[in-house]
Amino acid sequence: MKIGVFWLIAAAVGLALVVLTRLYFTNEYFFFAAYVVLQYVVLSTAWNILGGYTGYINFGTGAFFAIGAYSSVVLHKLPALLKTFDMVIPAIPLPVMILVGGIVSGMVGLGTGYLTLRLRGVFFAIATLALAVVVQTLIVNWDYVGGSRGIYMIRPPKAPLGGSYIQYLYALMMALCVISVGIARWIERSRLGLGFAAIRDDELAAEAGGVPTLRLKLIATTLSGALMGMAGAPLPYYVTYLEPASTFNLAYAVNSVAMPVIGGMTSWVGPILGAILLGTIQQLGSVGFFLDLNIPPTFNLLIVGVLLILFVIIMPNGIMGLISARQRRRATIIETALQQQRAA
Amino acid sequence: MSSAQTDNGPLLAVSGLGKRFGGFVALENIDLTIATGERVGLIGPNGSGKSTLVNCLCGTLRNETGAVLFDGRPVDGLIAHERTRLGLARSFQLPKPFHTLNLIDNLRVPLLYTVNARPGHHLSDEQVAARCAELLEAVALADKARRLPRDLTQVEMRKLELARAVATEPRLLFADEAMAGLSPSEVEEIIAVLLRLNQQGITIVLIEHIMRAVMSFSTRLVVLVAGQKIADGMPQEVVRNPEVERAYLGE
Repeated sequence: MKIGVFWLIAAAVGLALVVLTRLYFTNEYFFFAAYVVLQYVVLSTAWNILGGYTGYINFGTGAFFAIGAYSSVVLHKLPALLKTFDMVIPAIPLPVMILVGGIVSGMVGLGTGYLTLRLRGVFFAIATLALAVVVQTLIVNWDYVGGSRGIYMIRPPKAPLGGSYIQYLYALMMALCVISVGIARWIERSRLGLGFAAIRDDELAAEAGGVPTLRLKLIATTLSGALMGMAGAPLPYYVTYLEPASTFNLAYAVNSVAMPVIGGMTSWVGPILGAILLGTIQQLGSVGFFLDLNIPPTFNLLIVGVLLILFVIIMPNGIMGLISARQRRRATIIETALQQQRAA
Repeated sequence: MSSAQTDNGPLLAVSGLGKRFGGFVALENIDLTIATGERVGLIGPNGSGKSTLVNCLCGTLRNETGAVLFDGRPVDGLIAHERTRLGLARSFQLPKPFHTLNLIDNLRVPLLYTVNARPGHHLSDEQVAARCAELLEAVALADKARRLPRDLTQVEMRKLELARAVATEPRLLFADEAMAGLSPSEVEEIIAVLLRLNQQGITIVLIEHIMRAVMSFSTRLVVLVAGQKIADGMPQEVVRNPEVERAYLGE
């Protein structure tokens, strides 16, 4: 399938999902829940560009996500701030906030990449964990964006696409899904993806083969960070009350690692499968959907933990890994049969 | 191959190269020149600095002192992938295949990132595919083109390692213990591959412990002992050198 064709199909699927769900679901809660699942599709796809393709495990998803969210807060307050200097600008539309959130997180991705990519394996992971702590400390102490007590975000009065504002947020997140999945799939099939895979498998051998490893790793951290920031940018309008403790929730980091692992890290399909599977279970869990059971909120992280352990034991390469292993086995059998035939 | 050779100067000229790890002197004041077309055997006891020398010349490690000229051009300060693009290739002592990629993709990495990165070169997708097939054919791995490296035997792994280095279209190839752990007939196979490459115009430095292989392959022998070059010359003369005998057999 040509790249252009895939983009068209992905966009069509995204649009169809937005239109159909609007026709069939009248309950607002559906869009609240679906938004979170879609947000995880973006986060796990973004995580996988660095973690799955180049093999650098990032525990700092929360930081990039929050940078996106808080850059939206700044942009939201910008007209009021400028007014004190007698400058009048209209309220900044959300798509612009998403773009800016992506750029800011991408820059932070580039910067942290430059500082930390000399570290490998677990040391890189620890450095990204530290990044999350640093960013959280900065936000908690930054009064303009609400500091530790948080900030109320008044949604714009009208949703640009008709329907409720939450439906608009849902449609935007769907668009981000299409964009991030399209980018991931393009990377996978391009020269860039081949270079990423070479880095993941053996960095010295990649260099010996002419791969500019540092430059490629910086591209990966920048892209991955930018997409995470874009996923976080609409969050303030989604929650309407943004505060650091929940924005930097461990769940973002844990989920965006667990979802690609469960779905499979070597293909763009894996993070989608993992995000839909885990995200949906968590949404059902957080409603206490089943039989009005009194399910505690920590149930969500428990599910992630249990599933992660099960998958690491049963399917270490995720759902997609299982499928591709079966395909390879079949190909091998056919190949040997053909060779024997030729020999006979 | 890359640029035409500038003059009749040596392909590689190393002068006064030194490398230390903390207080340990791994290489000291190494001078070495290699002419185009040569087959040089680099030998020495374990820990004498052979691999460290290769790592310094290929840019994996930085040497603290000395200068390296490749084709008359200083390459000190260039990172490994830049030296590969200039035409300096290596295979690794322990094969380092890209283990999640099949053999074709293993070879596409150097083709797309080295050959296509050189100015004035651009292989189309079809040409890349044809070149992969050709390279695999040359080392008798065409049947396993779509397999993963873990399906290969030890000797096949060594061949893949060489094919991947050759895919960069090098002018100088360092083969770092390309035959360690192979049976005598497999050693013959690899030597045949290396001789063919040399006939195609690739200058080769063979780092090896198997003396039979080194003697049958090399036109010149260089001996490293404890980080110093103690001999450099015709293979038959070098092995009779009393200093070399002492290093290998003791007093």
